[in-house]
Amino acid sequence: MFNIIKARWFQGKVTSAYPAKDPVLSDRYRGLPVLDTSKCPPDCRICQNICPNQAISFLTHVPTATEPPSSALSKGKKKKKSKEKRAAEVHPKVEIPGVLKPHIDLGKCLFCNECQNACPCGCIHYTQNFRVAARKPQDLVVTDGTSFSLAESLEKGRKKLFHRSLKLRVVSAGDCNACNVEVNVLNTLFFDLPRFGIQIVASPRHADGVLITGPVSENMREALLKTYDAVPGPKVVIAVGSCAITGGPFRDHPEIHNGAMDMLPIDLYVPGCPPHPMSILDGMLRLLGRL
Amino acid sequence: MKPIPELKNAQAVDLEDIPVFNIEQFKQQILSHVQANCRVSVLFGIPGPNVRLYCILADDAQHLLLPFATDVGQEYPSLTPECPQVHLFEREIWEQCNVTPIGHPWLKPVRFPRKAGNTSKTKPMIGITNYFQVQGEEVHEVGVGPVHAGVIEPGHFRFQCHGENVYHLEISLGYQHRGIEKKLIGGPYPRTLLQMEAVAGDTSIGHGLAYCQILETLANLEVSARSHTIRAIALELERLANHTGDLGALAGDVAFLPTSAACGALRGDYLNISAVLCGSRLGRGLIKPGGVYFDLDAQRIQEMRKRLDKAFAGTKRTSEILFDAPSVLSRFENTGRLAASTAVEIGLVGSAARACGLKRDIRQDHPIGWFIGQNIPIALCESGDVLARARMRWLEIRNSVALIQTQLNQLPEGNITAPKITHLAGNKLVASLSEGWRGEICHVAITNSEGTFAHYKIVDPSFHNWFGLALALRGQAIFDFPLCNKSFNLSYCGFDL
Ligand code: SF4
Ligand code: SF4
Repeated sequence: MFNIIKARWFQGKVTSAYPAKDPVLSDRYRGLPVLDTSKCPPDCRICQNICPNQAISFLTHVPTATEPPSSALSKGKKKKKSKEKRAAEVHPKVEIPGVLKPHIDLGKCLFCNECQNACPCGCIHYTQNFRVAARKPQDLVVTDGTSFSLAESLEKGRKKLFHRSLKLRVVSAGDCNACNVEVNVLNTLFFDLPRFGIQIVASPRHADGVLITGPVSENMREALLKTYDAVPGPKVVIAVGSCAITGGPFRDHPEIHNGAMDMLPIDLYVPGCPPHPMSILDGMLRLLGRL
Repeated sequence: MKPIPELKNAQAVDLEDIPVFNIEQFKQQILSHVQANCRVSVLFGIPGPNVRLYCILADDAQHLLLPFATDVGQEYPSLTPECPQVHLFEREIWEQCNVTPIGHPWLKPVRFPRKAGNTSKTKPMIGITNYFQVQGEEVHEVGVGPVHAGVIEPGHFRFQCHGENVYHLEISLGYQHRGIEKKLIGGPYPRTLLQMEAVAGDTSIGHGLAYCQILETLANLEVSARSHTIRAIALELERLANHTGDLGALAGDVAFLPTSAACGALRGDYLNISAVLCGSRLGRGLIKPGGVYFDLDAQRIQEMRKRLDKAFAGTKRTSEILFDAPSVLSRFENTGRLAASTAVEIGLVGSAARACGLKRDIRQDHPIGWFIGQNIPIALCESGDVLARARMRWLEIRNSVALIQTQLNQLPEGNITAPKITHLAGNKLVASLSEGWRGEICHVAITNSEGTFAHYKIVDPSFHNWFGLALALRGQAIFDFPLCNKSFNLSYCGFDL
C-alpha cells in the first residue's frame, strides 16, 4: 500500500494544461501546412508529381462573395483584426486569374512531408499547428497559410444538447489501429477527455454519436451502419483520420469504401494519418462550441 | 533435384534456384525440418491456372531461411493434420487460390474478401461460416463482436460455454480487410511505403523495416550504419510504447488502477520520444528505402535520453507495484496458460512464445542491420500464463531501454540517405524478417523479369498467434477473456491486411 502511494506521489500531476495553454509538440511534428504560392514558378508541378497519395491538385483560387468567412480568424487569438483585413488575407488581391496554384487536400494528405522536401522554392511548410479539424470536406483544402476554416460549433439545437456532455461510440472500420489508439489515448491522464464531459461508451444506445476510424472496409460497412442506426437521434458523426475521410493510403482499393463520407452525414473531419490526439480533442471541443 | 537455398534474412535468391518438389517431397521437407526444430515462417500460394505453393522455413539455430516450392492443381493432401502450424496458411491458400487442401480439419474462410458495392448475397458474407459448436444440455454459446465494447478493432468471437467455463473459443476475423497484398502486385508504387506503415499502424516501424529491407536487397542499396542504428532505436521505441500500454491495459482489466492510469500516460511519453525523433508518435515517415528521413544531433540525443530515463523510472515504479500486488497476481497466475509444447506445435512467435520459454527472437535468430553481431539479451519466462506474458512486457521494456541507451551512445557517424531507387532486380525472391513488438514480421517479395512485384506476401505475427489465444482460453472462465486477450494484444488489421 505504501509503495502504491509512493508511486502515485512520484507520478505527480500529468494532465495537460490545454486548452488554457497549448502543448509543446515535437519540432518535427507535421501539422497544418502553410503554402506560399506566390513563390511558385509557373508550370511547376513538382509537389503534385511527388505526392504519393495525389493529395495536391492545381486549381485557380476564385474568391467569391458567398465563400464563408474564415472562422479561423473570427475566433480565437486573431479576433481583433478588422473585417477588411481578414477579407484581404482570405482572398489576397494579388490573385492572377488563370494561374493555377497548388492546393493540398488534407483529407487525402498523409503528412508524409514529401512535398515539403521536394519543393525547390520552399513554398510548402508543415507547421506545428495541430488545429486541423474542419466541419466541411471543402474546408480541408488548403490553398495558403491563412485561410484555413477551423471547425465551427454545431448548430443551435445539437449544441445545446451536447455542449456539456457528449457520449461517443467509436467504430473502427478497417483502420490500421493507429487512429484507433490515438483516439483511445484521449482517455489517458494527459488528455483526460472526461474532464470536458466527453465520454467514450460501449453501447451505441448510450451514445450521442459515432466516431469513425478507417476507410470503411466492405466487411465492416454493415456493422458501422447498424451501429449508427442504433444511436438515438439527434446524433453526431466524427470522422477521424484520412482513411475515414477519403480512404487514406488505401483509397480506391476495391475492398474499401473511400471513407464514410458517402455513407453518413459527417459533422467533423479530423485529418491526419493518424491525427495527433490534440487535433482530435481540439476538433471535438470546437464542435461542441467549447473553444 | 536442386538443393534448398540457404538464405540470410533479406537475402535474394533467383527464382530458378528454388527447388520445385512434387507434393509428397514438399510435404516431407516441411515435416522433417519442423521435426528438426525449424518453423514455417510462411506458406503461400500464387493464384493462377497452375498454383505454385512456396514455403519458407526458418531455421533459427542456423540463422537461415529455406525456400522451396511445389505445384498443385485443384487440390492437394493437407499438411495440417501432421503439421498444425500451417493450418491457417492452408486456409488462406484455399481462400486465395481456390485450391483445396484435402483433409484439412478446419477449412473455413480467413478474411471473407469481398468487393465494396457487391450487394449480392452470395458467399463469402463476412462472419457467415459453420462455427464449431458444442452440443449438450446447459451448454450455451456467447457471441461477441464485430463491434466490441472498447476502443479496439473489430472481430467476431464465439465462446462455447458451460456455465462460466469456456470449452472452446472460435475467432473469426476479416472485418479489417483492405486488400493490401493484392494491390502490391505490379509495385512498388509511390504510396507503397505509406501502406506498409499502415499494415498494422501500431507496428509502423516493424512493417516499414521488413518492406525497406526487401527493396534494399533488390536495388542493391547500402544502408549506412548510422541509419541502421536510428532504425533500431525506433524499433525499440515502438516496443516500449506498446509493451507499456499493454501493462496498463492488463492492470486495468484486473481493476488495478494505479498502474493502468500511470501506464496510459507513460505510453504517451514513449510515443513522444518517437515524435522527437521523427515528428510522428507512431514512427510514421521515419524509415525510407536506403535509410531514414530524420537524423539525430547531440541536442536531440540528449533530449531523447532525458525523456527515456524519466519514462523508464516511472515504468519501473509502476510495474513494481503491479507485480507486488497479491490481488493482481492471483488473477494473472495460471490464467490462460499455454504449454511450451503447444506453442511449438502451433508456431507461436514473439513475446507470447518467449513467455512459454521458447527462445525465438528475430533480432537474435535472423539479425539484420544494427542487430548483426550484437548480443541481444532475450528475456524468457516459463509458465506461459497471463503472468508470464505480463512479466515479459516488463522484462522487454527493461532490455529495450538498455538497448536504446547503448544505441544513442554509440551512434556511428555517416550519411542517412541513399540514392533513389531506379531499378529492382528481376526474377528474385526475397524473404525479409523483423522483430516487431508482437513478434516475427515476415514479408516476401517475388519480382518478375521487369523488376516489379509479381507477388507480395505479408505475415503479421498475429497470424501465427491468434490461435494461441483461442487455445489459451480453453478451460478458462469467460470473464478472463479480456485479460487473456490483452495479454496477447494481437492485431486485427495485421491479420486481415
Ligand atoms: S505531405 Fe501530404 S500533400 Fe505532401 S506529399 Fe505527403 S501526402 Fe502529399
Ligand atoms: S488514416 Fe492513417 S493512421 Fe488512420 S487508420 Fe488510416 S492509415 Fe491508419
